[in-house]
Amino acid sequence: MKLHEYQSKTIFSRYKIPIPRGRVAATASEAKQIAEELGGRVVIKAQVLVGGRGKAGGIRLAKNSKEAEELATVILGMDIKGLPVRKLLVDETVRIQKEIYLGITNDRTMNRPVMMASSEGGVEIEEVARISPDKIIKTHIDPLLGLRDYQARDLAVSIDLPRDLWRGFQEICHGLWNAYSQSDASLAEINPLVITVENRLLALDGKMVVDDNALFRHPDLADMRDLDVEAAPEVEARKYGLSYIQLDGEIGCMVNGAGLAMATMDIIQLYGGTPANFLDIGGGASAEKVGAAFRIILSDPKVKVVLINIFGGITRCDEVARGILGAISEVKPKIPMVVRLVGTNAAEGLRLLGDAHMVTAETLVDAAQTAVRMAKGEGR
Amino acid sequence: MSILVDKTTRLLVQGVTGHEGLFHTQQMVEYGTQVVAGVTPGRGGEWVLDGKVPVFDSVRLAADYTGANTSVIFVPARAAADAMFEAADAGIELVVCITEGIPVRDMMEVRRYFDQKNVRLIGPNCPGLLTPGGAKVGIIPGNIAIPGNIGIVSRSGTLTYEVLYALKMAGMGASTCVGIGGDPVNGTNFVDVLQLFENDPHTEKVVLIGEIGGSEEEKAADFISHHMTKMAAAFIAGQAAPPGKRMGHAGAIIESGSGTAAEKIRALEAVGVRVARHPEEIPALLA
Repeated sequence: MKLHEYQSKTIFSRYKIPIPRGRVAATASEAKQIAEELGGRVVIKAQVLVGGRGKAGGIRLAKNSKEAEELATVILGMDIKGLPVRKLLVDETVRIQKEIYLGITNDRTMNRPVMMASSEGGVEIEEVARISPDKIIKTHIDPLLGLRDYQARDLAVSIDLPRDLWRGFQEICHGLWNAYSQSDASLAEINPLVITVENRLLALDGKMVVDDNALFRHPDLADMRDLDVEAAPEVEARKYGLSYIQLDGEIGCMVNGAGLAMATMDIIQLYGGTPANFLDIGGGASAEKVGAAFRIILSDPKVKVVLINIFGGITRCDEVARGILGAISEVKPKIPMVVRLVGTNAAEGLRLLGDAHMVTAETLVDAAQTAVRMAKGEGR
Repeated sequence: MSILVDKTTRLLVQGVTGHEGLFHTQQMVEYGTQVVAGVTPGRGGEWVLDGKVPVFDSVRLAADYTGANTSVIFVPARAAADAMFEAADAGIELVVCITEGIPVRDMMEVRRYFDQKNVRLIGPNCPGLLTPGGAKVGIIPGNIAIPGNIGIVSRSGTLTYEVLYALKMAGMGASTCVGIGGDPVNGTNFVDVLQLFENDPHTEKVVLIGEIGGSEEEKAADFISHHMTKMAAAFIAGQAAPPGKRMGHAGAIIESGSGTAAEKIRALEAVGVRVARHPEEIPALLA
């Protein structure tokens, strides 16, 4: 789950990372008031969870509170890459001497977090990684030991930070590590971390991504979820314990198991069709879950046919077939569907579906080819 | 014959009295696995499955009384890391964690600790292990595979069942099937299992089932080219997956353009692995 800049910076400040004075505003008049409090000259930043806010005109400088109000009105009316701007961060302006980068993420190839610093701040770190990878200095953090002082010092030395800033930098490194690990983050980034003309370090921008699986121990973070970034059916699916991702194609997919769900999308593509979604209904395939899955798949108007692919292991295929028939009688979908059941009691399951005049398939190849033909309006 | 688990495995089940734990314990017992103990703190002294399996309050007690050497974990995600640490500290040699949804931070700590103590971990977020005709440790349906000489290692669950079943339908059996799990940070990885299969005299061919995310398939390709004499086939799921989206498994995500199915397939094919276009093609590739 991604956090907004203002949320990330609030968390940073709790860990003694210096941030600019500023507050979040939801209306232009609030923005004006905050600007007055900050002395008039402010930077107004759209709070949307996409990159490239600046280029899209979502970050503007206001010379006084009246201009702050005008710009806030403009930015609050904007859509940036399809996302509505609902909140603004109004920050004091800062005179910058130099911009650096500091971030932490999980390095899954090493099974541990990695802290990264670069003298090239203010640009996307992926861009620095592409053009001058030697400008990114990394230090891996032992998850059982945490960040050690020497590691922070090594980073300071390697990015040529002036000695008088080392202590402050070290404190920021520790603050960022503590914020990262205590929030169960998978990314915590200060970009840029600036050296002001007064020779102070300041976290001008902040970004955090937290681990969805750890939200149970962070109810405060869970409340920060921004539903704008997720498609409505994806939010709905989560309520039922379904894992759903909407795609652009025509063939709706309902599968048990994430790997098999991906493989089902792949085989549709292999035979010239386009998958409309990823959907893992998990184990069991009860009528209730199948019904919810049908409603979510069918909420996408692009779907022309639904392919149901279930491996019956411990949940037998005949039970799955009864679940599917129960859900169909309730949801009454108007588009065709192809069902493929395999595994324990598959023959019995397929017979039940066949008796109910469902299109069935025994192999994945047959199921995929049939679904692709039907999506193209070529019949079975 | 097999790797990791067989008829001599003495299994204990952590979370034995929970809904999932109890159901799968019964399945494992029916398969013929030696389930010697269960653990649920606060339920010590009880028995489950009509007196077949004694319940203990801790892994230490269970291991001391029963000589259990392997543990399978069915406890909920918020308590799973603790269960793994407990098993490692009680001297269990092989820990298999089925639980899905464990925080990554917990797994990084667990992995570091297990590496230090030299305890083997399978999973988490995995279906466990099946040695057909020998032992079942986890949730892989026992009836979908027959004994044989093909070793299977996979990051997935039902996709693995699909392959096991396709092999069975083709009259081909498995030595052992190992589900290493779909999380970004886990215990045993592809290379570890390939090494075990390479050393197992009864495994003649191997099947690797990978998916998008991370670079374990690339590491496996490198291992296969330098250290494996046995024939390998593979399937990689997620060719149609969009970048930046987590496809069900926490670890199945294309990040910053890397971890795609295409690059994994390329790496495997470059070292002579036969890569199937879809799972039903695998038996033919092994023939």
